[in-house]
Amino acid sequence: MDLLMKEIRSMIPSEQILTSLADRYSYSYDASFGTYLPEVVIQVKNKEEISALLKLANTFNIPVYPRGQGTSLSGGPLPVKGGMVLDMSQWNGDLKIYPDDLVAVVSPGVLTSNINQDAEKFGLMYPPDPSSAHVSTIGGNLAENSGGPRGLKYGVTKDYVIGLEVVTPEGEIIKTGGKTIKNVTGYDLTKLIVGSEGTLGIITEATLKLVPKPPASRTMMAVFDDLVQSGTAISKILTSGILPAKMEIMDQSSIIAVENYQPLGLPIEAEAILLIELDGHPLAIEEEMKKIEEIFADFESVKVKIAENMDEAQSYWRARKLVSPAIVKIKPTKVSEDATVPRSKIPDMFQKLKEIREKYDVHLVVFGHAGDGNLHPNIICDKRDTEEMIRVEKAVEEIFKAAVELGGTLSGEHGIGTLKAPFMEMELGAAGLDMMKRIKQIWDPNNILNPGKIFPEEGQKLVLRE
Amino acid sequence: MSTGAGLKDRLHYNETFNCVQCGYCLPVCPTYETMESEVHSPRGRINLVKMLAEDKIKAEDLREPIEKCLGCRACETACPTSVQYGKILEGAKEVLEFAEQKSKAQKISESLIFDQMFPSKRWMNTIGNLSWFYQKSGLQKMAQRTGITHLAPLHMGKFESVLPDLPSPAERKKRVQVYKASGTRKITVGFITGCVMDAIFYETNRNTIDLLTKAGADVFIPVSQTCCGALHAHAGKIADAKDLAKRNIEAFEKEEADYIVNNAGGCGATLLEYGELFKGDSDWESRAQALSNKVRDISQVLSELDGLSFTKEVNGTITFQPSCHMINVQKVKDEPLSLLKQVTSKGYREMKDKERCCGSAGIYNIVNYEDSMEILDIKMKNVKDTNASIIVTSNPGCLLQMKLGIQREGLEKSVRAVHLVDLLVEAGAVSK
Repeated sequence: MDLLMKEIRSMIPSEQILTSLADRYSYSYDASFGTYLPEVVIQVKNKEEISALLKLANTFNIPVYPRGQGTSLSGGPLPVKGGMVLDMSQWNGDLKIYPDDLVAVVSPGVLTSNINQDAEKFGLMYPPDPSSAHVSTIGGNLAENSGGPRGLKYGVTKDYVIGLEVVTPEGEIIKTGGKTIKNVTGYDLTKLIVGSEGTLGIITEATLKLVPKPPASRTMMAVFDDLVQSGTAISKILTSGILPAKMEIMDQSSIIAVENYQPLGLPIEAEAILLIELDGHPLAIEEEMKKIEEIFADFESVKVKIAENMDEAQSYWRARKLVSPAIVKIKPTKVSEDATVPRSKIPDMFQKLKEIREKYDVHLVVFGHAGDGNLHPNIICDKRDTEEMIRVEKAVEEIFKAAVELGGTLSGEHGIGTLKAPFMEMELGAAGLDMMKRIKQIWDPNNILNPGKIFPEEGQKLVLRE
Repeated sequence: MSTGAGLKDRLHYNETFNCVQCGYCLPVCPTYETMESEVHSPRGRINLVKMLAEDKIKAEDLREPIEKCLGCRACETACPTSVQYGKILEGAKEVLEFAEQKSKAQKISESLIFDQMFPSKRWMNTIGNLSWFYQKSGLQKMAQRTGITHLAPLHMGKFESVLPDLPSPAERKKRVQVYKASGTRKITVGFITGCVMDAIFYETNRNTIDLLTKAGADVFIPVSQTCCGALHAHAGKIADAKDLAKRNIEAFEKEEADYIVNNAGGCGATLLEYGELFKGDSDWESRAQALSNKVRDISQVLSELDGLSFTKEVNGTITFQPSCHMINVQKVKDEPLSLLKQVTSKGYREMKDKERCCGSAGIYNIVNYEDSMEILDIKMKNVKDTNASIIVTSNPGCLLQMKLGIQREGLEKSVRAVHLVDLLVEAGAVSK
């Protein structure tokens, strides 16, 4: 380590190298579980530094962990095997919009919401909108292939990346894709790297696709006294030729928690609330709203409210935003999952979750992006209570099983990281997982970059205890 | 130092578990912005407090991250899980204060500042009077001309040059304990004069009383009131803070007040949290809470009374710098702006990130001068972008800091900083 540190100091300005115990502990966590102490944290600010550090890491056989602002919910940036953390968050200076090409070119530390803000100045939009967009870096979003409420209509991060500059695990600088919307030259390494959770390369620049910003939007709220009916309604709307920008669901536990936390006049006797946002041309929205109302009219006892203006719309969305703070009032620890099922299976998934809640006696709350099947079952618990956490671990395992059995997936937008690695074979099968491992071995023969993620180690189990 | 349950309690270890490490506090933290590392973010600090409680780091590892925190508590407003950051911060400061080996000289000077000066009306008056003498006697001009102020410790020289004109000792003595509402009395309020506020911004206090009475309030000013204890609590001297709080509770209990009014964001926030300060104390909790329930910022009371009209045009465009503790702790947001909108001026221009700390933060700008100036420079850039000629503030610390900012930018000829209360008087406030 001494020799390595000497080499690092010879190539990186000293103010970018953090070695104090306080600094090391400050980069030992993310928004998931576990604390792993790195040996050194380096705040990198250009591709040459990263290239040199990776070459060094290969020589010394030291793991390297790229990190954005640490908002990851799956453990993506955790330095599980010690080594070097590369803090990319301070490399945030480059954000250029090319309105005539409808693209943005950005450095990895740029905050995702800033891209959208700058795009809006040109009447454009960068659609991926993870809830953490005002904190999370684009580099982190690209690594984890983040999603958000708008995923229903617009897709996730990978759908907006057309070119990357990447430092490979062996320290070479390569470019993938380009600046054109159409590009079919060779293998699509861009899509391979996006969502590879920092195991195949470190992204140092991204070219992102922008779309015209819709001129108007409107919000409606529908209240159901039957959860299964809400699932059917979702399918009916989506097959009627209307594609909402967002379609979010809150279950009864979420509604009650929010109402207890801050009384907004929500119907606590309802089994579900559906929030729908339409965007597009104002006249089109008006027509589509009417059509959705007609669909709801077929369902008995469903109450529909359309927001008259932006303020009212915001007050509806406020209820959805308050779910997170409201549920942690019950207990402090929040195990936030993102199991995703085919849209037709949402009612079945709700049924399964109900059973899991009872079987393991856990406080399970469900909300999320119902329109794309991306649910957020959240278990509210206390990580100091070991007995409870063991029950939670079992419940989480069963949530994943249920999702996969219903034809769904382990993760819709959070990534695999450390937490879901043990279940990878369940979804992909042994041969499927092996193909992925072989790709990793070819790209990173010394297993330098972000080891301990995505792929389970022998006998690895889900552990949510420290 | 012991690392048993006692330490965990004092560090509010249990509260640290409410942090889910989502990072939503990062973009609103001024020191994270200027210092660019996780140790200087709220999430980082909370984690380090937890690490100390778990004996994974030493108190000394925590010292710099905690001392560099402004305590602006913008993180609490941004936090989606309502972590009580202020409580964790004060616990950490108390533990660090206890852990520190202090030199004899340091102990004496701290005792002078915290035990003698701040709680003492006499001392504060003396400071006010001495400053007045210093200004009127020509000493100030001489000191500035000779550059001797640069030799003052802790950059004090920079601050003394932005002090306002002070009233004479004779004028100070004129203040009485009760001021009657002009016209019909609508309510009775107690006025907390503040220590720094009363020493240096005496005129603003006089204007506050003037506005309150014109708006229809009887105002009483108990002589036995003392410093609110904010500076003590922020320095980790919780026991001292509690002693001062008790004296204030007793002082204000003597009269029946509808509200207890302050015109300094930081003091208001501390008074508002007296209930929390005495939580679990059977003798004092309910009395402290009763006081806290009555605490209001001057802008809240004036808005509610709605008893003033403004008769003179203020010459200039206005921008507003609210104090952090008013926004993030007292949660007073709209009232100052609605008052400003009643004033006739050349317009109001909102600055970018107006709710971000200006770097004053109690005595932060004195003890962490360089760090404070980095934060101030960002603020001043946003001020300049508005092209406003009047910066209105709601706290004495912010007011001095903004004056310093104006001086640093060389804007003395075109921009001035003024307390909201003084601006309202300047705008010709009269009873409706």
